[in-house]
Amino acid sequence: MITVFLLAWPLLAALLLFVLKPGNAKVFALVASLVELAASLMMAVQFQKTAVPQFDVNVYWIKSLGIHFSVGVDGISLLLILLTTVLVPFIILSSFSKSYDKQSTFYGLILIMQMALIGVFTALDGFLFYIFWELALIPIYFICLIWGGENRGVITLKFFIYTLAGSLLMLVALVYLYFQTPGTHTFDIEALYIAGQGSTDYEQGLIFWAMFVAFAIKMPVFPFHTWQPDTYTTAPTQGTMLLSAIMLKMGIYGLIRWMIPLVPIGVQDWGFVAVILSVIGMVYASCIAIIQKDFKRLIAYSSIAHVGLIAAGLLTITISGIQGAMIQMLSHGILVFALFYIVDIISDRTRTRSLSELGGIRNVAPALTTVFIIVMLGTVALPITSGFVGEFLLIRSLVEYHFMLGAIAGLTIILGAIYMLRTFQKAMSGETNAVTSSFTDLTTQEKWVLYPIVILIFAMGIYPAPLLEISEAASANIVNLFSAYADSIK
Amino acid sequence: MNALIVICSLGILSLVAEIVNLKKWLTTFVMMGLVIATGLIVMDWGTAQFYFSDMVFFDNFAISFTALILTASFFWFWMSGDYFSNQPHKTDRSALILFAIAGAICMVSFNNMAMLFLGIEILSISLYVLAGSNKESFNSNEAAFKYFIMGSFATGFLLMGIALIYGATGSFNITTIAAYISSHIDSLPGFFYAGVLLMLIGMTFKISAVPFHFWAPDVYGGSPTTITAFMSTVVKVAAFGAFYKMFSFCFYPVHSSWVLVIQIMTVLTLVIPNITAVYQNNVKRILAYSSVGHVGYLLLAVVANTTGASGTILFYLTAYSVASLLAFTVLHVVEGSEGNNALEKFNGLYKRNPWLASSLTIAMLSLAGIPPLAGFFGKYMVFSLALQQGYVALVLLAVGTSLVGVYYYFKVIVAMFFKDSDEATLPVSLSIQLIIGILVLLVFLLGLFPDWMITRLTVS
Repeated sequence: MITVFLLAWPLLAALLLFVLKPGNAKVFALVASLVELAASLMMAVQFQKTAVPQFDVNVYWIKSLGIHFSVGVDGISLLLILLTTVLVPFIILSSFSKSYDKQSTFYGLILIMQMALIGVFTALDGFLFYIFWELALIPIYFICLIWGGENRGVITLKFFIYTLAGSLLMLVALVYLYFQTPGTHTFDIEALYIAGQGSTDYEQGLIFWAMFVAFAIKMPVFPFHTWQPDTYTTAPTQGTMLLSAIMLKMGIYGLIRWMIPLVPIGVQDWGFVAVILSVIGMVYASCIAIIQKDFKRLIAYSSIAHVGLIAAGLLTITISGIQGAMIQMLSHGILVFALFYIVDIISDRTRTRSLSELGGIRNVAPALTTVFIIVMLGTVALPITSGFVGEFLLIRSLVEYHFMLGAIAGLTIILGAIYMLRTFQKAMSGETNAVTSSFTDLTTQEKWVLYPIVILIFAMGIYPAPLLEISEAASANIVNLFSAYADSIK
Repeated sequence: MNALIVICSLGILSLVAEIVNLKKWLTTFVMMGLVIATGLIVMDWGTAQFYFSDMVFFDNFAISFTALILTASFFWFWMSGDYFSNQPHKTDRSALILFAIAGAICMVSFNNMAMLFLGIEILSISLYVLAGSNKESFNSNEAAFKYFIMGSFATGFLLMGIALIYGATGSFNITTIAAYISSHIDSLPGFFYAGVLLMLIGMTFKISAVPFHFWAPDVYGGSPTTITAFMSTVVKVAAFGAFYKMFSFCFYPVHSSWVLVIQIMTVLTLVIPNITAVYQNNVKRILAYSSVGHVGYLLLAVVANTTGASGTILFYLTAYSVASLLAFTVLHVVEGSEGNNALEKFNGLYKRNPWLASSLTIAMLSLAGIPPLAGFFGKYMVFSLALQQGYVALVLLAVGTSLVGVYYYFKVIVAMFFKDSDEATLPVSLSIQLIIGILVLLVFLLGLFPDWMITRLTVS
């Protein structure tokens, strides 16, 4: 039932926001998201570290079409739920210094987004998964369209159509598999797995591509990334945070849950191509990030680079690859949230995001600079920060998979260090200039957001074991599902 | 069947109302009559009765289509109150609409080609007049004239087809014809096939399938907005019902001779209107092209499963009608008395009236097929029907055109939320707020709980 609560509560809170339009919508939304966080922590405490989906609810939704409202939580889902429920309060808190018009709509949309994201991470029915997947797109589209920056009309429409195209491909693949299920057909995940594994190699290849493109667009993986820098740049800060910190994890989660066990032969035949695409994306995005002048755009490209590594490591289908992807998803979520927040703080005070106009912030804002250094070190995966554990596991799995690809992926960490340090140099160090001379250091509200994040960065870096344990059984289960099938056909 | 009598009596009452001075209460009276008629037709559910010497046949197919027509008409009368109150000839207009509804019911319940022809003509002639009911407007006159000329031409094809089929089979009764075709499948004369083809042309004109759609954008665009709403919902339901009944039931035994034609028309109807709509800068014309585009998805269902698509088609038409009525209601409020429905008129609607903008957004999202709204389930059912029968290429094409659809529907959304306007806030009367609320609710209910309707339709 707690799963249903996690889904229903944000929706209810959002509807209340829409209807009541309270004066302090911010506080209302913050309280609602903290309740959600408490509920998810309760779930984490009760969670048994096995691969079996827990807290599950399974009732018929559309009986005549074999569609269930079926949700459940295993370790992989739980970590992503925690990521969502931890970050949403921070995202809401990070907006406290701003005054958006129609703020009750704004916060309501954020909460609906949260509901849809948790739905994606818990759905155990193909159709339900698709519905939540699309549902997540609608609030973020309107957040970007109504409160976004320059030229948002065209950019957000491109984003919407691009991602919708991918998900429709996924729907076609799911419906195709649905008709392969026995009897009166069902969208139940286990039945779809059996149907997918029973398909011919050729069909599995086609389904692989339909699903992979859908997930690759969401993440995004090269060459499906063209919507991303524009959308991240034009979206309001909270929208960018939702997109980059949580929403792109939908794509990675989709790979783990809805592709690898679904079409093992397809993954075996085509996984290598997908890994190569991911690695190309890493190098490509890192190189572009190095020459970026816009601070926010730079972070957007760095996000493509990081997510490329996650996808590549994941597609090696080893336990260390999947575990690395899990921990790296959490770490990336936290770090990218902090980075976009820092960009927002700087651009709010200086009215510019152009790196060449900034400089010398270190002299006037020591607290911000310290936080930035820590987040930056996390991003370049220095040991004892959260970024290290994930990147280490991912690169290890990639080296075992294919030495050259692993080596190239390792090199991109150096590229990452280059663009992050260059950013630091341009924005933070140097002489304080006219733009930054009146810069004030972090306010109390900003400290409330950033300091806990810093603690999380270190905590996850020093002692990641509890998190890794949560998803271990589920990751092993995915690998077993895959390799058991791959062995059986040899 | 009683429903048909109620509707005809209401039509006559409307004509008499001028004399007995009932004008003030007429719309209320008609709406009550529509509710009664809907109740009567729903009570017939599960029966399959022939009436009027086998001229009409009310099985569950006819009953469900009639119920949809009557419900849509009810909402139509509600949304278009000012079409009657602000202009002269209130009673005549009301009577014409009611006779058109009677014609629509005949079209979905016919069992005899003479009845089909009568239904189409009752419907069409009323519409020719209604399209031109805005006498002062050049566009309205053009619409009426164009519709009349083209419509008469199509009727000619239809009538010629009926004559040839009668010549080949010796009957107007479609049950008899179907039986005759099955038993003489190898010895049908060539002119029988010519007849089928002529009827196909006549009827695809009525459902405005490409390439017989050229009248639709001009007629839809030129007619008064409320009449456009009527044409793209009630009339479309009736026309498609008639088309489906004729071809899936009567001409099914020879379907190999016409299904290829329909397949080609499906492809054209999916591609051409959806692409043309992208270039429109007038919301009414966008909706007109979208209404033609939706016929493509309906035809896809017919192609995929000629005999078993009635449930899917009815669900699709219901979802489409609800969303269209919602869109037209908002459009009608926004265009105001001057009838300006250019895209710029929608700029900044979100600031002027968030409720209207959100409702139109929901309508557009539903028409575009975004889950979990009604339109999504309509499209989902069509696509899954086609995938089940192995029409993967057609489904991928339809997915592509849906994406194009998203583009032009979202043009309206972007205008409402993104562009600015310096016009004052837009007040909406309570009655219109209520109908918009109900229609929004229906869009959600049909999307979230489609099971209720699907189970009933698949049984029928």
